[in-house]
Amino acid sequence: MTNHPRHRLFGGDVDWFTVLLWFSLCIIGWFNIHAAVFDPEYPSLFNLNTNYGKQSIYIFSAMILAITILIVDAKFYSSISPILYAITILLLITVLIVGRNVGGNQAWIPIGSFRLQPSEFAKLATCLLLARYLSAQSTKSPNLKNLFLGAIIIFLPVILVLMQPDTGSALAFFALVFVFYREGYISGAWMLFGALAILLFVLALAFNPWIVVLTLAAICGLAIYYFRKKIKIIINVVILFALSTIYVFSVEFAYKNVLQSHQRNRIDVILGKIDDPRGEGYNLNQSMIAIGSGQFWGKGYLQGTQTKYNFVPEQSTDFIFCTIGEEWGFVGCMVVIGIYLTLLLRIINIAERQRTAFARIYAYGVACILFFHFAINIGMTIGIVPIIGIPLPFISYGGSSLWSFTILLFIMIKFDSNRKGIV
Amino acid sequence: MNSFFERKYIIQGVFIAVAIVIAARLFYLQLIDESYLLSANNNVLRKMVIYPARGVILDRNGQVLVQNEPVYDLLVTPREVKDIDTALLCELVGIDKAGFDRRMATARSYSPYKASQFEKQIPSTAYAKLQEHLYKFRGFYVQNRTVRSYPDSIAAQFLGYIQEVNDRDIERSKGFYRPGDYIGASGVESAYEELLRGQRGVKNVMVDAFNRPQGVFADGKYDTLAVAGDGLVSSLDKDLQILAEKLMRNKIGSVVAIEPSTGEILTFVSSPSYDPNMMVGRERGNNYMKLLYDPHKPMFIRPIQAQYPPGSVFKVVSALTAQQAGLIDQHTVFNCPGGYRYGGGRAIMRCTHVDGPIPLITAIQRSCNTYFGYTYARMIDHRGMPTSEAYTLWREASMKFGIGHALGIDLPGEKSGLLPTSDFYTKRYGNAKWGSGYNISLSIGQGEMGITPLQMANIMAIVANRGFYYRPHLIKGIGEKKIVKPEFTEKISAGVDEKYYEPVVEGLSRAVNVPGGTGYAVRIADIEMCGKTGTAQNPHGADHAVFFAFAPRENPKIAIAVVVENAGYGGVWAGPIASMLVEQYLKDTITLPKYIQDRIHNADLLPKPKVEKPKETVRTAPQRDPMPPRKPDEDVQFIHHSLVAINRYD
Repeated sequence: MTNHPRHRLFGGDVDWFTVLLWFSLCIIGWFNIHAAVFDPEYPSLFNLNTNYGKQSIYIFSAMILAITILIVDAKFYSSISPILYAITILLLITVLIVGRNVGGNQAWIPIGSFRLQPSEFAKLATCLLLARYLSAQSTKSPNLKNLFLGAIIIFLPVILVLMQPDTGSALAFFALVFVFYREGYISGAWMLFGALAILLFVLALAFNPWIVVLTLAAICGLAIYYFRKKIKIIINVVILFALSTIYVFSVEFAYKNVLQSHQRNRIDVILGKIDDPRGEGYNLNQSMIAIGSGQFWGKGYLQGTQTKYNFVPEQSTDFIFCTIGEEWGFVGCMVVIGIYLTLLLRIINIAERQRTAFARIYAYGVACILFFHFAINIGMTIGIVPIIGIPLPFISYGGSSLWSFTILLFIMIKFDSNRKGIV
Repeated sequence: MNSFFERKYIIQGVFIAVAIVIAARLFYLQLIDESYLLSANNNVLRKMVIYPARGVILDRNGQVLVQNEPVYDLLVTPREVKDIDTALLCELVGIDKAGFDRRMATARSYSPYKASQFEKQIPSTAYAKLQEHLYKFRGFYVQNRTVRSYPDSIAAQFLGYIQEVNDRDIERSKGFYRPGDYIGASGVESAYEELLRGQRGVKNVMVDAFNRPQGVFADGKYDTLAVAGDGLVSSLDKDLQILAEKLMRNKIGSVVAIEPSTGEILTFVSSPSYDPNMMVGRERGNNYMKLLYDPHKPMFIRPIQAQYPPGSVFKVVSALTAQQAGLIDQHTVFNCPGGYRYGGGRAIMRCTHVDGPIPLITAIQRSCNTYFGYTYARMIDHRGMPTSEAYTLWREASMKFGIGHALGIDLPGEKSGLLPTSDFYTKRYGNAKWGSGYNISLSIGQGEMGITPLQMANIMAIVANRGFYYRPHLIKGIGEKKIVKPEFTEKISAGVDEKYYEPVVEGLSRAVNVPGGTGYAVRIADIEMCGKTGTAQNPHGADHAVFFAFAPRENPKIAIAVVVENAGYGGVWAGPIASMLVEQYLKDTITLPKYIQDRIHNADLLPKPKVEKPKETVRTAPQRDPMPPRKPDEDVQFIHHSLVAINRYD
């Protein structure tokens, strides 16, 4: 099935290409974290008090973790998934009680000098349990009950994470919708419907809801005229229009009454409704200045003025992409995006070559979560999605995030290396 | 693998699509839209202005008239202040703890991150001590600036002063000046502003998000150095200026001395003066108001702004222009019965002497009013042309001596003086049928004639040069190369041939050097000074004493005019002052009797304090000798003064 060279190691065929992609992202991350916090007065490379110093430890320990994962028997992950899930749920509850509040989110449990972020591990546990549950049902054809139970596996941690409240991390779970799509639980039509709902959501916020509804009415009118001899379609169009109208106004209502003001402002900034480069728009504005000023070749390593002089907040974590954009320019951005896209496409290919439904579903989960982080994180730095505080996998500074993504990825690599073995 | 296998393509398609959207957005941000690069530069780049040192002004011998003195401002960035010895700092700066707290609070309220002034203008002595300890005070910086300093406190009106620019200055300069800049506001500082100010430098500094400086941008590639303003070499002789100011102390008036061969002004005194250092530093505002409201008006630049009827000095001009017009010559004799009768013999312009037949040289020597009355009558009435034309010829000839127009000195605010046109009289008398009798006072430099002390001195320079002058100027060299402005090297003819000067010079010489001459008391041994006393009419009080002279007679080195207001007869006050200055300049010593020197030094001729009348409305009493009938006065106030002039002597 594959022409890739394989090496007998860790009890199977490890997909070294994926490992290479992972490692290159880690190294790119390290250099950019170094640039982000670089202080010309203290140019030492491995100072453990600095973020890049710590990140070298994280990367090193992540490598050890990866090796460990590859050594452990693949079946272990399947069997441990309910326990792991239970533990993360407990941790998520714990963090709400004893957690350290950082930046408005009660998301971290302090352990010694480190802080553990349970929501990062919750993605892993959820993926594993979801894969296990859905694979157990894979002999039957997909039905609503299984979809519902699968959804519960996702929603439980989502609710707990939302209570921190860490909207960004919670949203990441929704990316798992592609898993359901792939496994046939959700049809393409519904996916399209969902995409349209999101589009309508954005339109409802960006424009006056009346304008949106009137535009919809015009489109529906045209459709009715076109299908004037097919009553059934006309009825469907009318129902769709009615639903859309209700939806648009409820979005407007929810936007005004449910969202917190800072979230509302972030959305407004993206939609161009408020232009406030000093206040709400500061992060985004500075972020786009950093990336935009990188131009084609970038300003060069450690030469980014936006980065060096702290104009962009959270530069080594959520806004690490600014440093890449500023110092490495369009070329650097394309390389990073290229690596991510290659990794994502490769994971899908890996998923599809698995013999077991468990491994396949899990791999899809990994792809979904990585994809969500990749798209949303970079998207927010360049102003196409609202600012949501989630890390860029393998690149952003932070032990919890690096470890959880590494475990996530390497469990999949383990499954893959083991795929020729007996399940 | 199951039946939904093909959905992998959809999912991969979504991944690719999103990546393309991101790439497209990046393409736009990084390669199309240039504004982000600009914004990034605006974020970090701060252009700091480096102020140049203002040009220094030296006197003709290279002695400093105005220089720059460093002062030190102590700045503080409150956020950076940590663990400092407050008591020590207070001691070094000379403030108490409460003052320290107050200053810190002010600075903090301005900005915790930006440096702001903690204490300004710390003198260099205190700074030396502070500097030693400065490393202990994190967050404190010293910034040095320069202020103008005048070592001898002289020549205030000539040097002028600088002040902070106002909105109008900024607008006029089309944005060259920025708030906080200084600009020359008067005197040479103003006239030579563009040379003195130098060129600002720019330093590109990078700052971080908190506006804290982080270093030089691009290794200073785009920085420009400040270029110091050009130095100026003044024509002033500092020692002579100091002496002149000393002599003029407690007197109101002017002294102007010119080097005839160049037009360079050697002395330029406007009295009362003030210490130019008053216009510098923290007390400037108060001092300025004090000067502004001083009843003796020290801000008034008398040598170029005060206008007096010239009196005798104009007889010199008359003698020259009449000769040139061929209306009199050296041998022309008029009979002086003690006055000049005109208006059909009904009016008389009196003379101090009864000389009988008097030739030109004697007329100059003895300042005979009668002689110049006849001369004027010849020039106006007997030229075979309408009066107005003759008058115009007379006026134009007089104007060539620098009367009635600004000479173009390199100082702002020069007044042109007064010399009416013929239309003025035609209008005043209703028709063109007037004659010399209608304004006979002009013949002796009284009446509707006003000249500045500078113009007086310049007339003497013309006589000294026998026929030409250079525009009087105060700056003889600009910059390193000591460039002279071209307009100051242009020889200007007074329109009278050299040969006509000899009788005049002889007359002036006799006035000083022959016993009985008006200037005999102030003659200088070994030097043939040519000069004359004069009296400028003052309708408001005692007349103004005038003395004008040049010396030596051959190859003159100095031409001088001294005006002492309200001092009465010219020989008593103005003469000795002129004499002492000329002797000092030529011989570097003064031989005038000590008692005269003391008298001059100790005299206080300032008007005694009285209630200042803002408007002068007092009209002079009617004259003893009636003037020709006149229409009611419709003219400037100056005309009233002229009515006094008629029967004065001199």
